[in-house]
Amino acid sequence: MYTFDYHRPETIDAVRELLAACDDPKLMAGGMTLLPTMKQRLAQPSDLVDLAAIDEMAGISVAGDTLTIGAMTRHVDVSKSELVKAHSPALAEHIGDPQVRNRGTIGGSIANADPAADYPAAIVALNALVTTNHRQIAADDFFVDLFETALAHDEIVLSVSLPKVSRAAYMKFPNPASRYAIVGVMVAQMLAEHGGDVRVAVTGAGSCVFRVPAMESALASSFTPEAVADIEISDDGLNEDIHASAEYRAHLTTVMAKRAVAACA
Amino acid sequence: MTVTVSMTVNSKAVSAEVETRTLLVHYLRESLRLTGTHIGCDTSQCGACVVHVNGESVKSCTMLAVQAEGAEVLTVEGLANGDELHPMQEAFRQNHGLQCGFCTPGMLMSALDLVKNNPAPCDREVREWLEGNLCRCTGYQNIVKSIIAGAAAMAAQS
Repeated sequence: MYTFDYHRPETIDAVRELLAACDDPKLMAGGMTLLPTMKQRLAQPSDLVDLAAIDEMAGISVAGDTLTIGAMTRHVDVSKSELVKAHSPALAEHIGDPQVRNRGTIGGSIANADPAADYPAAIVALNALVTTNHRQIAADDFFVDLFETALAHDEIVLSVSLPKVSRAAYMKFPNPASRYAIVGVMVAQMLAEHGGDVRVAVTGAGSCVFRVPAMESALASSFTPEAVADIEISDDGLNEDIHASAEYRAHLTTVMAKRAVAACA
Repeated sequence: MTVTVSMTVNSKAVSAEVETRTLLVHYLRESLRLTGTHIGCDTSQCGACVVHVNGESVKSCTMLAVQAEGAEVLTVEGLANGDELHPMQEAFRQNHGLQCGFCTPGMLMSALDLVKNNPAPCDREVREWLEGNLCRCTGYQNIVKSIIAGAAAMAAQS
């Protein structure tokens, strides 16, 4: 790891000042991806700004039909939360291992936008709104490409808000060694009073999370596994590596979508 | 850049000047000479480096020493009471829960966090919990057996 200066500010204002003053700063939440990346010398920030001491950035609350999760809320706290289970089922399922869940955070995960991370599928399928120190960003606009988000370099993810859904499930085909998603599909149906839309989001298969409109409309007419069983995904532009070909990932997308719909029942 | 870190390790207050990039596992092994915590994969996958920070299991190869400022750290060296093994360690010994022993410190620390959350885990719950702990001898059958026996021994003792 290259050396760096370390800061642990206690307020968002102090974070903003550090981001403005430092040469090439990087925000650190749980560090579950950033530290391994720095250990491989794939990242060389001049300054590491640790967000761990900012208490106001962590916590889960509900107001009306909206669940809000602070950016520094760890996977373990999200997955154990009764509020989350009732409001946004399957939100933090299958992420990492217990030790990673004890450190990793929702804000860190989505800001990093790993193409094989689990959270992006949930954030997009559950139609979340990402609140930063500048603005609110709809999930559909947040993830741009491989490790790329709509965030500006001085923008800090503060929280994620989720509308209540009537049902949702996430199915993941993990790489047997790394446990990252080769393909993960999140299916969610909004509340009837909010229109009852169905959203299908896929992680692991492409350079960035994406939705499958053909599956969404099929499920809106008939919310059954059979409705998506014959919908084929084009393998054009999908990820291809030693673990799985693009064609296989395309095939897995339909299989995981089918299983996710079945799991919603 | 160097910083001063202070924390409690196995109930003992420690403090040292470290580089900011010093990983917690390196601080434990190299500065404190607590070499029971192992470095296996160094990529957060294998779990040989699992310790407890403020009562929760973490991978000490994926945490900076400076992030543990003010924390209470427990390593495998802090489990036994003198010559008397912790019930979980004894269960590993009785059930042949280790072969080469390299993954064992991490398995023990991970197992104890599981028992804290779930005092009587079943076979499947132990296997699911061990997602982040690899045994390259593939001795999982006896590790799972040891953890179930260790949990029962701990319940009997309390």
